[in-house]
Amino acid sequence: MSTHTAGRRIQPRRTTGVPYVLIVPAVVALLLGLGYPLVWQFITAFQDYGLAQQFGKPPEWVGFDNFANLLWDGEFWAVLVRSLVFCIVTAAVTVVIGVLMAVLMNAVGRTVRLILQISMLLAWAMPVAAATTVFIWLFDRRRGVVNYLLDMIPGVDMNRFDWLGHPLTFFLVAMILIVWMSVPFVSFAVYAGLTQISEEVMEAAQIDGANAWQRFRRIIVPMIRPVLSIVLLLQLIWDLRVFAQITLLKDAGSKASDFDLLGTYIYKLGAAANDFGVASAVSIVVLVITIAISWVYVRELIKEDEAQ
Amino acid sequence: MTGARVGRVALSVLAIVLAIVWIFPVYWMVNSSFISTAVLQQFTPHFFPGEYFTVSNFTGAVADGSFFGALGMSVTITLIVVVVCLIFAFLGAVAISRFKFRGRKSFVLALLLIQMLPAEGLFIAQYKMVSSVGLLNTVLGVSVIYIAAVIPFTIWMLRGFVAGVPAELEEAAMVDGLSRFQAFMRITFPLLAPGLVASGVYAFLQAWNEFTVAVVLLPAESAQTLPLWLRGFVQASATRETDWGQVMAASTIVAIPVIIFFLIVQGRMTSGIVGGAVKG
Repeated sequence: MSTHTAGRRIQPRRTTGVPYVLIVPAVVALLLGLGYPLVWQFITAFQDYGLAQQFGKPPEWVGFDNFANLLWDGEFWAVLVRSLVFCIVTAAVTVVIGVLMAVLMNAVGRTVRLILQISMLLAWAMPVAAATTVFIWLFDRRRGVVNYLLDMIPGVDMNRFDWLGHPLTFFLVAMILIVWMSVPFVSFAVYAGLTQISEEVMEAAQIDGANAWQRFRRIIVPMIRPVLSIVLLLQLIWDLRVFAQITLLKDAGSKASDFDLLGTYIYKLGAAANDFGVASAVSIVVLVITIAISWVYVRELIKEDEAQ
Repeated sequence: MTGARVGRVALSVLAIVLAIVWIFPVYWMVNSSFISTAVLQQFTPHFFPGEYFTVSNFTGAVADGSFFGALGMSVTITLIVVVVCLIFAFLGAVAISRFKFRGRKSFVLALLLIQMLPAEGLFIAQYKMVSSVGLLNTVLGVSVIYIAAVIPFTIWMLRGFVAGVPAELEEAAMVDGLSRFQAFMRITFPLLAPGLVASGVYAFLQAWNEFTVAVVLLPAESAQTLPLWLRGFVQASATRETDWGQVMAASTIVAIPVIIFFLIVQGRMTSGIVGGAVKG
């Protein structure tokens, strides 16, 4: 890294027009695909924009009415709370399992570690549509292998249990699917952090009489804290965007609104009910939540970047 | 001593069990894709295809008229997104890692924040924009949205590679009489090949796997990409007996290219996402 810092200093760096020309294509692409829709959405969130506007009637300004209506809308609150709880629980479970798997990877021999890593890489690589479809098959009511295996346990009657038919088990399946998909990333990132902890420190702690839990709590956790916080933030952000999984699981299960999270709720409001004003208002709520969480992460990355 | 050894063996056994659990869904997909649905309908599941081995699910899934259309859509969109993103992001990465300029910091900050925005928070507005110019169900409409979604992280990833090539190399070449542009093209550019490959694969994975925006912008059956084609099988299952063998064959077809490409760039992507935090 030091050579590269030195190189930066040597290089002549007057402000010229060149860098601006270089970023023009990217900026134009971003303005077109994200900037314009974002602006439209902010405007529409303050308008009454429904079916009539679809047929040419000019939209009416309604101030904060769309947001105020949301405040009194029980379904919106149900969806919001459900989404946040789902997101936080799923992210927490993912990070805990991911860290434990990383510690395990670090503790076992080379061959076993490689086997574990390959199996996790395959899970990680699965496209979301394919992964969700496989889980629908695994948890299929009649012929799913999960019901078959659970049913073999004495005293458990899971024959034809309809996982996707009840909200609680529906979201449990969604959570298992998302945890399965996301744990590999957490494990690999944390494992990379663990390999940085020197053997000597761990040995010294052991000689000083620290048991496994104390070594984990007092040495490993503080050393991997930077990775841990980034990984947790990313999981929180990613677990808010689960439209693909929920949509596919709903295709196989139930259309009822008890099974909606924010993504599918917005889709319903916009594409199905043509209530673009309210859909925009909910979208803005989602964006605000995401930006609030990402702000911490982005600040960390910038700090890292400038430290280089 | 023996206690420690027993502990080690126990951990290894646990690791193997977890490896089996984690790979099981992938295995089950491939396994089911080689067993005919008539056999899958039996009460007892088959953990190996064995005597029931058949490729009829694959031929059946592909023979479903819409497969080649969806494949064509996916390939076209992915190619456009990869090529455009690589060119635009390369220029942007050079700008932020080789130049200091006013607004550089805000630009980087904006890129990182944008990359976090969920498709769910914007897709209704994107739907309105794309439909208002008559580009619903077209390659162009969906590509514009994908490019904007993929560019920020591609720039961020490439920036690391460009910054990794020491500027001294270029300067040495300039001392030897090359122009700045020549020095860049002859010295730095070839060293960036691995970075371009990794970023290209990242863009490929994003475009190929994308589901959320595709649902909104490609509602017509004739304009499906492969993930939507796969969804068609799941949706059909609501009305008739699901042909699980064929559905799993379809999933396998969608997953195979992704798994191959993913294994190539996995390491690069992890380090790009967690930034310098891993270096300790």
